[in-house]
Amino acid sequence: MNMMSDDGWVTEDGRTIGGVMLDLKNITLRFGGVVAIKDISFNIRQGEIRAIIGPNGAGKSSMLNVISGFYRPQEGEVWFEGQKRREIQPYEVARKGIARTFQNIALFEGMSVLGNIMTGRLTHMKAGLAAQALWWGKAQKEETKNREFVEHIIDFLEIQSIRKTPVGRLPYGLKKRVELARALAAEPKLLLLDEPMAGMNVEEKEDMCRFILDVNDEFGTTIALIEHDMGVVMDLSDRVVVMDYGKKIGDGTPDEIRNNQEVIDAYLGVAHD
Amino acid sequence: MFYREAGDIKTSYVADSQTFPIAFDRIGYLCVIAVAFGVLPFIIGPYWANAVFVPFLIYAIAAIGLNILTGYCGQVSLGTGGFMAVGAYACYKLMTGFPDLNIIFVILLAGGITAAVGTAFGLPSLRIKGFYLAVATLAAQFFLVWLFNKVPWFYNNSASGQISAPERSVFGVAVTGPNVEAWAKYLICLGFLFVLAWMARNLTRGSLGRSWMAIRDMDIAAEIIGVNPLRAKLTAFAVSSFFIGIAGALFFSVYLGAAEAGEAFGINKSFLVLFMIIIGGLGSIFGSLAGAAFLVLLPVLLKNTFVGLLGWPTDLTAHLELMVVGGLILTFLIAEPHGLAQLWRVAKEKLRLWPFPH
Repeated sequence: MNMMSDDGWVTEDGRTIGGVMLDLKNITLRFGGVVAIKDISFNIRQGEIRAIIGPNGAGKSSMLNVISGFYRPQEGEVWFEGQKRREIQPYEVARKGIARTFQNIALFEGMSVLGNIMTGRLTHMKAGLAAQALWWGKAQKEETKNREFVEHIIDFLEIQSIRKTPVGRLPYGLKKRVELARALAAEPKLLLLDEPMAGMNVEEKEDMCRFILDVNDEFGTTIALIEHDMGVVMDLSDRVVVMDYGKKIGDGTPDEIRNNQEVIDAYLGVAHD
Repeated sequence: MFYREAGDIKTSYVADSQTFPIAFDRIGYLCVIAVAFGVLPFIIGPYWANAVFVPFLIYAIAAIGLNILTGYCGQVSLGTGGFMAVGAYACYKLMTGFPDLNIIFVILLAGGITAAVGTAFGLPSLRIKGFYLAVATLAAQFFLVWLFNKVPWFYNNSASGQISAPERSVFGVAVTGPNVEAWAKYLICLGFLFVLAWMARNLTRGSLGRSWMAIRDMDIAAEIIGVNPLRAKLTAFAVSSFFIGIAGALFFSVYLGAAEAGEAFGINKSFLVLFMIIIGGLGSIFGSLAGAAFLVLLPVLLKNTFVGLLGWPTDLTAHLELMVVGGLILTFLIAEPHGLAQLWRVAKEKLRLWPFPH
């Protein structure tokens, strides 16, 4: 790996990592007496694939929920693209260019695949109520234009054949892919993936890895992901944050993490005497 | 070719996202429209208009309205009767306050007023869901009916406490009041239903409809992908109440002619329209029409069979009718919980592959 500087660097496979896009400063999140996240700071850089790992209950998903605005931390600051974020609603976070997928699939079961992915485009659709009711002018043009973009995503993720299938009928692996499509449809600057490979077989995992790398490469999307499959994490990510019991216990390149004693202890357990 | 997609290749996104993608469906739809507008007005008599078509058309509008709120946006409402009353009383006040205003505008304005009232009563939906919201809308039902009975201003201090529609006409043809021809009643209701159903279809296939359905299916995920829940829920309440208000205005001015809030727009109406969309199919425009047809036509059909065909006494028939309708509703819900629209969908899917099973 080349020298890491504050402005970014070029990775071994030739991708450019830029400056800091999202900066989390001293985040603390409590639910009543339970401290889910304790004073955690880390950043996500432009163009990188950043993994968050840790044992179950370490606070990884809570961290993602803080980034997507679903949880409001009691302490700490979230800086996105050089600006400190005021307290905003999740839908406003989405409009700023942060999209995510969920650990337990959260698709809209009553809609088709196409409908689900089109819903991901909602932040780009502005036609008013009257225009939509009359299906006139802007409403129709907007619909066609966004459909075109969505078809692009459908091609990209190779789900052409199921476009009109109700999502309830799809198998698990495809549902995960549709969820990724819905998140991508929003053209996010930062994409958050909560266990994108949970419950998949090897082949499906390979597909998903390929898609994640392609998204990062072709769309230049910055990706933060939570994953339990260490092989995947070490192969995919540029930098890794390790959490345990709400605290950060490691932060660095996969190689650094692999040799970090604290991380090894957290995963393998350590004898207390 | 009979009901096939094969060969009917779409070359643009507009063509691909049309309402009736299969040519056979399109032709069938156009035929129904042609008969409804071109043939029925000439042959319809007072009995068919008053017992069957006018109530069906009006309930269909109300059912589409409630389906937008409950079926598409997932917000259960038991306030339909109350909102229909708002439409009716707004229509009455506008008719008597502005005698020169065309009745079409009066009805549209009544819908607009109902939309505002409905939005206000929709505010609790931002905090409460499901059964609790249903109870909150029940409050709207009882409050609104009480209000229209209690405050004499709403019924212009009339001695009976009733409101009655003065004569108003469209293009010189009377559509309200005592001297209305059957075909005129039918045609004005059909016109409103046609335009409103078309608008409902447009809204539900566009971005607004998608944000409603996203809120219905998974509100947290919807919010995280950028749906503003406040906007989605309140627009659903507004559009739904607009439709229901128009249905109420037509129900009072064209169908009944005279009405009293508690009697015409009681809690029974709320349940009736809710049953229509449950039987017809939640989240389907066609389902709203089918459900309305089912619950309006079935009693008429049973009555005609029992009394007319079999010669049974009327009082016995009246009770039997209730039992049969109730039994059929139960059977239906057990056999096909997603309603008539789902049956129709399954039938079409089978037909598409016919004569092959898969």
